[in-house]
Amino acid sequence: METEQKLTAETFPASPEKATLEGKNKFTGFWLFLGGETVLFASLFATYLALRNSTMSGPKPEELFDIKLVFAATMILLTSSLTSVYAMYHMKNFEFKKMQLWLGVTWLLGLAFLGLEIYEFRHYVHEGHTFTSSAFGSSFYALVGTHGAHVTFGLLWIGSLMIRNAKRGLNLYNAPKYYVASLYWHFIDVVWVFIFTVVYLMGMVG
Amino acid sequence: MTTNQSNSDNPRLNLEYRKKRNAEDMKMQVVSFAMMLFLTLIAFFAVYQEFSGWYIMPVIVLLAVVQVIFQLYYFMHMNHKGHTIPAFFLYSGVLVALLTILAFVTIIWW
Repeated sequence: METEQKLTAETFPASPEKATLEGKNKFTGFWLFLGGETVLFASLFATYLALRNSTMSGPKPEELFDIKLVFAATMILLTSSLTSVYAMYHMKNFEFKKMQLWLGVTWLLGLAFLGLEIYEFRHYVHEGHTFTSSAFGSSFYALVGTHGAHVTFGLLWIGSLMIRNAKRGLNLYNAPKYYVASLYWHFIDVVWVFIFTVVYLMGMVG
Repeated sequence: MTTNQSNSDNPRLNLEYRKKRNAEDMKMQVVSFAMMLFLTLIAFFAVYQEFSGWYIMPVIVLLAVVQVIFQLYYFMHMNHKGHTIPAFFLYSGVLVALLTILAFVTIIWW
């Protein structure tokens, strides 16, 4: 199908993200990128696991982490993953307004998550846990901070997609862009699942 | 209309058929969300109750792996057709990831 073709709900293809060559390329290329991201985060996780006991007599993980805050952040990010699934559901049904609405909800939840993380980091710095305080501090902020940077980038990405296409409506040019952005958002949650398990929960168990 | 990927030539019928399929997909995704929520709650509850450490760690890591499988196959649609190459890319990444972590927690010391 052609990228610039005017479409209705009847003529909109079942898999709009892969209906054009450009879309297929984006889809395949993005999964290659996600494979690379997996390796990037694995190296940060591995470094953290190796260094997490080197606290240099600073605060230990079990003294630092607050289970309620982490639980709230986890619930927010998991819910935002569901709302972006809803957005893609409406995209496949060619309901542009509803898709934008659910992406907007996703965006706000992402912002709430980021706010919680900034609050958390500020609190840790006051407790004497900084990037340079110990090897535990460096590896902790490198890992969790890289994830936070991904959330920030995702917010900028989804936000600019929504604004750029607000008046354009849905077509085969922007459908793959939305699809790929939602994949990215899910991947952020995938990484967070391992962060809350390996960093926070295992840290609190000791 | 070969592009509609459906077995009927009537666009109106096609649309209904597709909407129904999309709704079924969505139902599965809500179910998987409930499962992911449940797995998260178990993991947090186990740590909150302060069960013994060595017993709990493999369990919560397993819960995380199962939750990520739900995320990949339902939320990221890896259960749909046409995901052979994405699976190849992702599992290549996972293989390197596992080797890296294995090396850093076993044979490297600081």
